[in-house]
Amino acid sequence: MIRLEKRPEPSRHWAYATPVLAVIATMIAGGAMFAALGNDPLVAIRTIFWDPLFNEQFAAFSRPQLLVKAGPLILIAIGLSLGFRAGIWNIGAEGQYIVGALSGAGVALAFYPLEAWFVFPLMVLGGALGGWAWAMIPGILRTQFNTNEILVSLLLVYVAEQLMASMALGLMRSPDGGGFPGSRNLGDYPAAYNDELIAGTGMHWGVVAAFIAVIFAYILLNRHIMGFNIRLTGQAPRAARFSGVKPKMLILFCLGVSGALAGLAGLFEVAGPAGQVTIDFNVGYGFTAIIVAFLGRLHPVGILLAGLLMALTYIGGELAQFMLGLPAAAIQAFQGMLLFFLLAGDVLTNYRIRVGRTEVA
Amino acid sequence: MDLASIDPVLLIAALMVAATPILLAAIGELVVEKAGVLNLGVEGMMITGAICGFAVAVETGNPALGFLGGAAGGAALSLIFGILTQFLLSNQVATGLALTLFGLGISALIGQSYIGVKPPSTTDLDLPILSDLPVIGPILFQHDAMVYVSIGLVIFVWYLLKSTRVGLVLRAVGENHDAAHALGYKVVRIRLAAIAFGGGCAGLGGAYLSLVRVPQWTEGMTAGAGWIALAIVVFASWKAGRVLLGAYLFGGITVLQLNLQAAGMEIPVEYLSMSPYLITILVLVIMSADKSRAALNAPASLGRAFHASS
Repeated sequence: MIRLEKRPEPSRHWAYATPVLAVIATMIAGGAMFAALGNDPLVAIRTIFWDPLFNEQFAAFSRPQLLVKAGPLILIAIGLSLGFRAGIWNIGAEGQYIVGALSGAGVALAFYPLEAWFVFPLMVLGGALGGWAWAMIPGILRTQFNTNEILVSLLLVYVAEQLMASMALGLMRSPDGGGFPGSRNLGDYPAAYNDELIAGTGMHWGVVAAFIAVIFAYILLNRHIMGFNIRLTGQAPRAARFSGVKPKMLILFCLGVSGALAGLAGLFEVAGPAGQVTIDFNVGYGFTAIIVAFLGRLHPVGILLAGLLMALTYIGGELAQFMLGLPAAAIQAFQGMLLFFLLAGDVLTNYRIRVGRTEVA
Repeated sequence: MDLASIDPVLLIAALMVAATPILLAAIGELVVEKAGVLNLGVEGMMITGAICGFAVAVETGNPALGFLGGAAGGAALSLIFGILTQFLLSNQVATGLALTLFGLGISALIGQSYIGVKPPSTTDLDLPILSDLPVIGPILFQHDAMVYVSIGLVIFVWYLLKSTRVGLVLRAVGENHDAAHALGYKVVRIRLAAIAFGGGCAGLGGAYLSLVRVPQWTEGMTAGAGWIALAIVVFASWKAGRVLLGAYLFGGITVLQLNLQAAGMEIPVEYLSMSPYLITILVLVIMSADKSRAALNAPASLGRAFHASS
């Protein structure tokens, strides 16, 4: 007879061990999935996790991509982790990412073709404000009308997607684009372009922002009263209320920060790697960031590592698509699987497994 | 714009078809939530049901088997959620999200070879005299079987929850799992059964999308229908009859905006396409604004993990 016994305190060892175990379990289960699709599992796993970094032929191209893909994932996940710790579920980061990109690109297009130093900072501000404002919708509805923030933030993703389609086809469409959908390419507008800071590394301002966000989140959670309040609310909501935490303020703070960071991620993406507003600009970073946040144990440093790992599966997935003909969706299923194993493994963090007969108390 | 081109009778008939997938998913989720479990993976179960149903229907050439396959696919996926939340006591919100992400991936994977394939067609009801009646005929007697199945399911769930012992036990588990456990009810087993039922219903709804409503397979074709189903459960304040009302209201908005698009309304298409989501949010706000009532109707143990300490 196997039964679970609640630990008085979550085990620290298991808290660190479960993400590693989850990755290993996902590799095994993923390997089985790839085998079922008719690929050699070992080759598939090597192509995804090893070749992007160390294969002589591809590494030169894919290593910089690691930072390009990890930047937005980390930036968004850091914001989400604050709310998740306090039990505030913003799952509409994808929408905030889109709106941030739209408002940031809007600033750039409004100034086009002015070459001035202040264009890019204003775009950054615009991106953050756009994401913040989009996240404030579920925030204010939650605090004023008690509306479930999970559903509202998620439904707003679909609204944002339509808004982006309307912008790409209408207001922001490039006048020189010959009628094709899509805005001007910001890559051709130096004052607005978010170029690589060091050539060949993939390092752009978004990656810098992600690292800064990691540091600030670490300080906030460990050294600042706000971080303490967030952790307290997540672990003991009643105690938090008695100690004077204002739940409404906390909700607005968590949603606002995560929205602003997601908006920033969108802005850096649209001004750099993507270059323009198009109908299919968003590629699901906002959703993958949820996995990143959990895989990183909602801890800033963990999220940094998890973001890099997730970026690796993106790049490796593309490589496997190209080399082995593995479908793109396989990687998505692979990422979902990772989250399952992680959540399943958490039982070991919070409970002790007892084998044997239940003794009579 | 030509509003005269919109025929109210056809509109009502079309809204029933548009509402059916969401109605099926929502009535399943209602049972799950009544048992005290919040499964946010409806979107993932729907899309899995959509591709499983589509694949089975194409391979066998029989849409009825397709619907069964869709329900089986949704239920199978929901059991992953069930095992994780009920036995391994994982966080229900996070696990539900994982289910959606995984469902979107796995469905795209299965669906690769089915893109552009035409499913076998489902036949509509054709009763000798009734189906030919003006007005009433197209609204009541000319649909495919699943429309009637979905309404039947609503009546079944309403009766089950209101007037049977099984329903009473289910609600007891959802309201206070510790008390239900103390009375000797198998909380975990009852919840697993509810989760599987919810998954089956969501899968059925998904299969209806890919086999009747669209009908073809495209990646991510549910486009938020699962989330809207979740919103409709809140809108319905966890009452079966109101789920029907909510789903048909939503179906009505969807069909109306499509008709307005076709009629060449001045508003750009994208803004009309947003409207179902915006109106869902608006309805959610109205329903949840009254705090005392919202708290009264939601199952008291909703979303809380159950761990028998002894």
